[in-house]
Amino acid sequence: MIMRTKLMKTFPKRIAAAGLIAGAVLAAGALSQPAMASTGGVSTPHMQKWSFGGVFGRFDRAQLKRGLQVYREVCSACHGLKRVAFRTLSQPGGPELSEDVVKELAAEYEIKDGPDDEGEMYDRPGTLKDYFPSTYPNDKAARAANNGALPPDLSIITKARGYHRGFPGWFLDLFTGYQEAGADYVHALLTGYEEEPPEGFHLVDGMSYNHYFGGNQIGMPPPLSDELVEYEDGTKATVDQMAKDVTAFLMWTAEPTLEQRKRLGFQVFLFVLLLSGMLYFTTKRLWHGVKH
Amino acid sequence: MSGHASFEPTNKIVKWFEDRLPVLGLAHASFVAFPTPRNLNYWWTFGGILFFFLLVQIITGIILAMHYVPHEALAFDSTEHILRDVNYGWLLRYLHSNGASMFFLAVYIHIFRGLYYGSFKGPREILWIIGVVIYVLMMAAGFLGYVLPWGQMSFWAATVITNLFSAFPIVGEPIVQWLWGGFSVGQPTLNRFFSFHYLVPLLLYVFVILHVWALHVVGNNNPTGVSVKKDQDTLPFHPYYTIKDSYAIVAFLLIYFWFVFFNPNQLGHPDNYIPADALVTPPHIVPEWYFLPFYAILRAVPDKLGGVLLMFGALAVLAVLPWLDRSKARSLTYRPLMKGFFWIFAVDAVLLGWLGSQPAEGIFVTLSRLATAYYFAHFLIILPLVSKFEVPRPRPASIMDAVLEKSGDADEAKS
Amino acid sequence: MTTNDAVDEKRRDFLYIATGAVAAVGAGLACWPLIDQMNPDATVKALASIEVDLSPVELGQSITVVWRGKPVFVRHRTEEDIKAAEAVDVATLRDPQSDKDRVQKPEWLVMVGICTHLGCIPKGQKVGDDRGDYNGWFCPCHGSHYDTAGRIRKGPAPLNLVVPPYEFLTDEKIKIG
Repeated sequence: MIMRTKLMKTFPKRIAAAGLIAGAVLAAGALSQPAMASTGGVSTPHMQKWSFGGVFGRFDRAQLKRGLQVYREVCSACHGLKRVAFRTLSQPGGPELSEDVVKELAAEYEIKDGPDDEGEMYDRPGTLKDYFPSTYPNDKAARAANNGALPPDLSIITKARGYHRGFPGWFLDLFTGYQEAGADYVHALLTGYEEEPPEGFHLVDGMSYNHYFGGNQIGMPPPLSDELVEYEDGTKATVDQMAKDVTAFLMWTAEPTLEQRKRLGFQVFLFVLLLSGMLYFTTKRLWHGVKH
Repeated sequence: MSGHASFEPTNKIVKWFEDRLPVLGLAHASFVAFPTPRNLNYWWTFGGILFFFLLVQIITGIILAMHYVPHEALAFDSTEHILRDVNYGWLLRYLHSNGASMFFLAVYIHIFRGLYYGSFKGPREILWIIGVVIYVLMMAAGFLGYVLPWGQMSFWAATVITNLFSAFPIVGEPIVQWLWGGFSVGQPTLNRFFSFHYLVPLLLYVFVILHVWALHVVGNNNPTGVSVKKDQDTLPFHPYYTIKDSYAIVAFLLIYFWFVFFNPNQLGHPDNYIPADALVTPPHIVPEWYFLPFYAILRAVPDKLGGVLLMFGALAVLAVLPWLDRSKARSLTYRPLMKGFFWIFAVDAVLLGWLGSQPAEGIFVTLSRLATAYYFAHFLIILPLVSKFEVPRPRPASIMDAVLEKSGDADEAKS
Repeated sequence: MTTNDAVDEKRRDFLYIATGAVAAVGAGLACWPLIDQMNPDATVKALASIEVDLSPVELGQSITVVWRGKPVFVRHRTEEDIKAAEAVDVATLRDPQSDKDRVQKPEWLVMVGICTHLGCIPKGQKVGDDRGDYNGWFCPCHGSHYDTAGRIRKGPAPLNLVVPPYEFLTDEKIKIG
């Protein structure tokens, strides 16, 4: 009888322990997963230091301006930015160009408008209210011009991309607020080209080898090379620098309210902390002396 | 049942009104004087938290509907428009999308609390079953809402979930076409899903009222599982639990706002920022995190119909729970063996969730099958057998006795 | 009741009131986004002012542009139009306003083209339109006649056609709004 009660007592603990061990084994299996994946050919992007990361993250205005320049001089040859209105370039929380500069910039673009009084469509210079015109009139034209590959619109590309974070990664992200997986991926992709594919890798004609693109074959030829653009602020235009700048710019285009969100969030957090503290003491005081 | 002050209006106008429609008295009896066990712990605050999130979802949802356009060519653009151009649109959208996650987080805690303390056992069977209905409706609302932004994940979630019904022989195909309003997921599907997404929360609201009603008929369970026997066992709901619940809600807001302001897309999937494309399926389609355990069960079965039936069965088994647990004691505090199995079940549920997020191949399939088998074994074998044979530890005579014992004033209990 | 208890009670009351006040402030602030979201959004505001190039509008011609969803009449007035508008004795008008109060440059008249009676769009922009008794505009709905300065001269409308805020950016370009 004594034996039995003892067993009854320890049994639940034992099962729980067995469960925990099983969980730990599985977690370890999950841990080793990214390592296995990397031998498959596609590498995991490295985490970069972004000025817009973290609770107090802000965009670096100069970087956004440089990124805008890279987009305009390089990426826009194939990629659109159709969700970005010129007016937003002068709004707070973005590149914050002066309105006059943005007007000039917008006027450099031809916007299709119409129909006019004769029923014809016509081109006119862009104004603040217009959006970056897409490079191609439609997806089919884009594919036809690019060897069958479709250059995606870049407006929200940094939110529409990411990479597999693996087990401890995604769990820790919940607490660190890591939201830059898309930016890290875009930066890695832009800097991840290899002129010669590894031996034994069959690269289809017209494709390029990239460490970070799924399947390692990408239709986009290496878009950046050193000194491709000339920065007005004297920053040295290395491939890595340009990749970082344009990625930061594309993070802003994807999330133009990021700064407003984080600033308001901080204020709200302080307020809720205050209120929950007060409610804690109110509850404590109310229940003081009440047996429960 | 009362024992606490009832509502007696002194104001003449209030009295005149009360004699004709006693709504204030009802509110007073339900949310002010309502006798509530004095020993409820913080796990009991999740009912209030859930009600708060229901309101948040309804308010932000009604607002989003003012700016959202349920058209296949405009849905994605209008969602982006909300995020970019509408005043505080980004805030309202992130409140709504993360609110859904918080709603489910809170409901899972609420359900597991019910499982642990035996809140499903008599006389609370109907209360529990209404709760299961609410949970199913929540899942429907969550799924329908996820489709609306019309990104890649939205589109393929709609395709995959509606295709579940094609598993049924003969009637399957016609049902799926009827759901779609076409031969594939398209404009009619999106438009009706928008309408349903507005309808389901109304049903939800009705069932929540029934849930609260049923609760107020039978009263709260409590950590001891011992029924309320005398007035001493209870406290009036207000101010004791209104204040405590408020504190819990505001504290929970910290988690919510962490996601909304600093981590708004963590619980979503990047692919849903790619507009829907009927010709390309994303390489890994995964549902939102709160569906993952059921998704794992669906995929664990190599047979299409079998998987669908098992998945729905995993929900249905919850509804018959009151008749599977035959123990005399409610709370697992007094059932050490069952308590151990409860925690294994909790680990199993989390494990299923994790497996649901993994690709359906290799070791994951095997593990999914084992975890699924255990899920059903827990309810259909372990629970009935253990509850029949385990002798519960002695329980306190009353709630007050338990409270006094805890505070070391056992003598007072006798006086 | 001892003094200690009284102090304690005071402190407790203060805590309750302060907590309630902070919660009420929070609830109030939380309402603002719910209200503000119905105000015109950024895309609407972007269209709140428009720039109009006047160079293609020839003498005697009128154009209609859309500003904030409303038609705006821009007329390149002739010498006779201006003279006729200036010759009127302001005291006799229903809505007394001199011509020079209604224009920035006499040859350009810019007005919101909505009849001040009940919101119809007056005729008079197109060649061949009925311009009414005063060679300005004529509202077909209820027969209001406007002169070459857009002032109400006859019919039920109470006020002159509204002049929107605008400025000349250059000699041939105006910004409305």
